[in-house]
Amino acid sequence: MQRGLKVYKEVCAACHGLSYIAFRNLADPGGPGYSPAQAAAFAAEYKIKDGPNDQGEMFERPGRPADYFPSPFPNEQAARAANGGALPPDLSLITKARSYERGFPMFVIDFFTQFQEQGPNYVDAILQGFEEKPPAGVTIPEGSYYNKYFPGHAIKMPKPLNDGQVTFDDGSPTTVPQYAKDVTTFLMWTAEPHMEARKALGLQVFVFLILLTVLLYFTKKKVWASAH
Amino acid sequence: MSGPSDYQPSHPALKWIERRLPIMGLVHSSFVAYPTPRNLNYWWTFGAILSMMLAVQVLTGVVLAMHYTPHADMAFKSVESIVRDVNYGWLLRNMHASGASMFFLAVYIHMFRGLYYGSFKEPREILWILGVIIYLLMMATGFMGYALPWGQMSFWGATVITNLFSAIPYFGESIVTLLWGGYSVGNPTLSRFFSLHYLLPFVIAGVVVLHVWALHVAGQNNPAGVEPKTEKDTVAFTPYATIKDLFGTCCFLILFAWFIFYMPNYLMEADNYIPANPGVTPPHIVPEWYYLPFYAMLRSIPNKLAGVVVMFSSILILAFLPWLDTAKTKSSKYRPLAKQFFWMFVVVGVLLGYLGAQPPEGIYVIAGRILTLCYFAYFLIVLPLLSRIEKPRPIPNSIADDVLAKTGSKATPMVSTVIALVVAGALFAGSAQNARAEEQEAPPS
Repeated sequence: MQRGLKVYKEVCAACHGLSYIAFRNLADPGGPGYSPAQAAAFAAEYKIKDGPNDQGEMFERPGRPADYFPSPFPNEQAARAANGGALPPDLSLITKARSYERGFPMFVIDFFTQFQEQGPNYVDAILQGFEEKPPAGVTIPEGSYYNKYFPGHAIKMPKPLNDGQVTFDDGSPTTVPQYAKDVTTFLMWTAEPHMEARKALGLQVFVFLILLTVLLYFTKKKVWASAH
Repeated sequence: MSGPSDYQPSHPALKWIERRLPIMGLVHSSFVAYPTPRNLNYWWTFGAILSMMLAVQVLTGVVLAMHYTPHADMAFKSVESIVRDVNYGWLLRNMHASGASMFFLAVYIHMFRGLYYGSFKEPREILWILGVIIYLLMMATGFMGYALPWGQMSFWGATVITNLFSAIPYFGESIVTLLWGGYSVGNPTLSRFFSLHYLLPFVIAGVVVLHVWALHVAGQNNPAGVEPKTEKDTVAFTPYATIKDLFGTCCFLILFAWFIFYMPNYLMEADNYIPANPGVTPPHIVPEWYYLPFYAMLRSIPNKLAGVVVMFSSILILAFLPWLDTAKTKSSKYRPLAKQFFWMFVVVGVLLGYLGAQPPEGIYVIAGRILTLCYFAYFLIVLPLLSRIEKPRPIPNSIADDVLAKTGSKATPMVSTVIALVVAGALFAGSAQNARAEEQEAPPS
């Protein structure tokens, strides 16, 4: 997840905001696993607009853990103007906000196997699905790019990832599939920071409930023994 | 419960209270000593499950409302901050959202039970109609609740459904403007939906009290459809029904927990994680699954007003059921023809639900029209006809006879329990796996 954060910071943050994540979240359990001091140091690299001060002016100051990731553009119109009329979506929830149909009977089986990776699969595929030239006979509008997996195939985002673009401290391969996987993992965390806590608690609840059900079943049988 | 109870507490302090407000006597006669038929099966536990779900929704909803901001600019963010920053906020939100789906699942099973066993027949007509009223209130509450997170699907679903009221001649447009509090769905709409969403569950609770009262006057129906005649036919509610309901509720909770902890977004639309944007319409506007059959019926009719009328009639027709199905035999166990048509009706309902989620094109439209016809035909043609022409099988003399005849088949309850435990085990085994995005899988282009 730290690799994913690096990819986000060096590549994606140029156009995409992450406004639901605060710097302090980077030190939360189940996340990228930074210590509070590291999260504070990370925050301090950013300049956050604050104010007004006593003179009524806005000023800039270094980031604090309580601050949220700043968005690259001040408002929607500026973002559209810089990106050919398209608005780069905020990425905090993107892996929950995108999906695709799995069709019948997969959606029944998915319920039991807990398959809920449609969102991350979508993001991962888009990042790797760019192609230089559209296939023969397909035209896309001026200013857009051909992507195999984007619905309609014409996406306004230029190919964001290239091999060797980001170097990782832990020596992981610097390939596009690796970047796509890491940043998607990171974005799944930003979409749902408490997922691991949720599933851990879920296991405890399940064990308790199954035990309780078994006990209640035998109690019920005992109570009703005379009535049958 | 008819007349004052003969409950006398022994402790002097309790006697003091009882003389001034006989509430303990009321609880005792309604839920402890209350005679309940001894042959009830597990389909009868859903009443208790529903009461529990109402309590769960109210409690989680009240706490959520402490952190939620009902303003169009802040609603989405407030929900996200509940999920991220409020202690166990994610748990509350998942319980409330999954709880709504479980509430509707339980209510549909409860209603189908009533249909199958003839629980709507004399003398339980008012009980049934109160149930239909509760169902309508639930649908309104659920609709408004879904709008509150102010995601894309919340906004556009609210727009589509509130627009339906414009089909009413003369007053339609004014009604819609009143609903919206403006000229389109916006902040005033959100505020009033929040206010009503908080109010209606308490109205539901009130109608539930009437519903249980009506039930206790007539007594419960039972799988044999034969009214209790002697003391041998019934058992005291506590401990028999209490423990059975507890067991059934626990099984239901396992399914509920599966949704809350492992598959919270299974029934949610991905589009609802995008903040509402009046300028961008999602490609498919779909309501939550429990509205899908009615949505399918609405879209099957080409005319707007006719579609709205058909959709509302499909629910209101339930209120007339006691007068449409006048067969003397209550339980479909002894009505072989009615039983087959009942299951066909269930299939029609499920198929309509499936169609509601599909785009209204091609074969789906034709199928929708045929199935809508089948739906209404069941109530307006099949049931009245069967009441006249069907020859039912002989019903048992009394409940006691029914129970004694069944003590031979001890294996049957075991089978359903085994099935239930297998499903629970399958869910548990699924939960033990690691959730991993598949490396090679790519979405269809």
